[in-house]
Amino acid sequence: MSLPAYYTTKDKVWHYAFRVICFAIFFFLLAPILIMIPLSFNAQPYFTFTREMLTLNPEGYSLRWYQDFLGDDGWMRSIRNSFLIGIAATILSTTLGTLAALGLSRAEMPAKGLIMGILISPMIVPLIISAAGMFFFFSQINIAQTFLGVVIAHAALGTPFVVITVTATLVGFDQSLTRAAANLGASPTTNFFKITMPLILPGVISGALFAFITSFDEIVVVLFVAGVEQRTIPREMWSGIREDISPTILAVATILVLISIALLTVVELLRRRGERLRGLSPQ
Amino acid sequence: MAPSDASDTPTAIGNETDSKGRLLTSDGRPLRAALQRANRRRKLTALGLVAPLLAFILIFFAYPIVQMMWRSVDNPAVVEALPRTLAALEEWDGNDLPGEEVYRALYEDMLADEELPRAEQKMGPLAVRLNYEISAARSAIVRTARNVDEMEAPYKEAFLDAHRLWNDPTIWRIIEREGRPLTASYYVAAVDREYNAEGEIVQAPENRQIYVALFGRTFMMSVVITFMTFALGFPIAYYLSTLPMSKANLLMIAVLLPFWTSLLVRTSAWIVLLQGQGVINDMLVALGVIDDENRLTMIYNQTGTIIAMTHILLPFMVLPLYSVMKTIPPSYTRAAKSLGATPWTAFRRVYFPQTLPGIAAGGVLVFIISIGYYITPALVGGQDGRMISNEIARHIQSSLNWGLAAALGTMLLVSVLILYWLFNKLVGTDSLKFG
Repeated sequence: MSLPAYYTTKDKVWHYAFRVICFAIFFFLLAPILIMIPLSFNAQPYFTFTREMLTLNPEGYSLRWYQDFLGDDGWMRSIRNSFLIGIAATILSTTLGTLAALGLSRAEMPAKGLIMGILISPMIVPLIISAAGMFFFFSQINIAQTFLGVVIAHAALGTPFVVITVTATLVGFDQSLTRAAANLGASPTTNFFKITMPLILPGVISGALFAFITSFDEIVVVLFVAGVEQRTIPREMWSGIREDISPTILAVATILVLISIALLTVVELLRRRGERLRGLSPQ
Repeated sequence: MAPSDASDTPTAIGNETDSKGRLLTSDGRPLRAALQRANRRRKLTALGLVAPLLAFILIFFAYPIVQMMWRSVDNPAVVEALPRTLAALEEWDGNDLPGEEVYRALYEDMLADEELPRAEQKMGPLAVRLNYEISAARSAIVRTARNVDEMEAPYKEAFLDAHRLWNDPTIWRIIEREGRPLTASYYVAAVDREYNAEGEIVQAPENRQIYVALFGRTFMMSVVITFMTFALGFPIAYYLSTLPMSKANLLMIAVLLPFWTSLLVRTSAWIVLLQGQGVINDMLVALGVIDDENRLTMIYNQTGTIIAMTHILLPFMVLPLYSVMKTIPPSYTRAAKSLGATPWTAFRRVYFPQTLPGIAAGGVLVFIISIGYYITPALVGGQDGRMISNEIARHIQSSLNWGLAAALGTMLLVSVLILYWLFNKLVGTDSLKFG
């Protein structure tokens, strides 16, 4: 990109200095995450680059931490648990959240502000407080240290994201489409599945992804509500960091970073599709 | 709208009126009533859609939190365990030791408790409860209660023999003060105060003043973190907003990838980088900036917590800033410059004020999240990087003083809710967007 001809030397210096600053900040954002990827192939049990690694000697690299991870029952169980709890919590929160968003977007909805406030409160209340409250209550009703308890807790934490994303999709929703369908004889159920659902699907999916990642990454509630049987990946990492810190964590972290890149791509594609459909994108 | 609503909706308006001149629908009902019915039905449908989630959140989220807040004032232990003693204490002047009748009542309470089934016995909870107020109370109550069936009159002497605490008017003042169903003592403790011998609220001794300082530190760290995210977030949000869409989207990945990466991953990344034998120290040693013996301590302290949390919360600042900056037309700054403003004046007087809603949104968001943060301070905070959440967790999980945990939690929650209310006043929840 060429600079405008009227730029003075000072302008030019500032222009480049500003870019350098920005890229330094981007580096600060990305480097800590990316640096773990090469380190996870370390042949030595250190958290730093060994001489062999720096000279690109193949002996400095190994897959032992991945082997460690794949051969460990605790980690394998945590993967199963994370997906099991994540998927169950996502189904629950997406169903409830989408229905609620449909209700909240109706013009006739009474006490909209108050209800919206209550529904998004799990996003605002500090996690430690939600976790403490659930810890006491779930023990009383005997669902502490059960899968049901963790799923309910995670579903509650995930619903605000579903409600917000689906409500946002419904803002541009053309109500005359459902009216036309009703006029042509569609029952409310047919109307929902044939007309409303396909149109709000991108919003529902990105809400569901947010709900899933919330559960998948959640640790505070798990620390309080889950037992040994319900340990998830973040819970295993927590013990890994606190107790025996070994590069296995880096191998797990690398896998998790790859998962987040995949999720990020899906959300980004959905967002672009949504923008294209609504004619917002200039591309 | 469902087709069943069709009968309620007027299909042809106009030509029919009843005797009072009101408009009628085609099936002969007054139009006004038919419309009201249709509206009511639609309102109920809307409510019905929201009801399942509302019930779910109220039962499994809101109620547990209200119940936890209730714990901070709930005080059943003394009232339930010592009804006779409390009745007898009403006569007491509150200065010297109470008389024989009070000790007798205590004996009767303990004896009655002995006969209850184990699960219903009240002396255990009582011992725990009074131990929060005076540290010898647990052993006094447990030991006396164990041998209470061997006690004989006069009971005052028997109790004085059983444990030295019964010889101290303080325990009686505490029993009298806490012999009410609601208590303020957890809040008194949470603001570093305590009751003195006369029952007045005074400053706690200096070595036991923890919480006010901890709240202050949590607050200060949150301010620093918020400022850091602003200082780092503003330039890149501005830079992104000046780029063409396709390029901006590409660079946006740098902001979104950390946002989508597991919190534990990001925290362990900073442990890897900052620890004594970590990457940064190794690099500085290799470059000769520091020597091997003087490696920097950058983790397990306040510095580590602030660095890691700035990194973790930076996307929450950049995203709202970016969405505001994208809507500011560049022609405004250009106009200012063409009218003679220097670049700095144009930025300060024209551009910057327009970014304020974004700064407010990002700032309050980051501040609210950091003030209640638990995981990162717990993992990399060490001693001086601990925040109020860590103390709440400690009281729930290890010291088991749930009332105090609830009081601290309630204070934290109220501060967050006030901030959120301000946030709503300033910018509104509509600016909360993800991805």
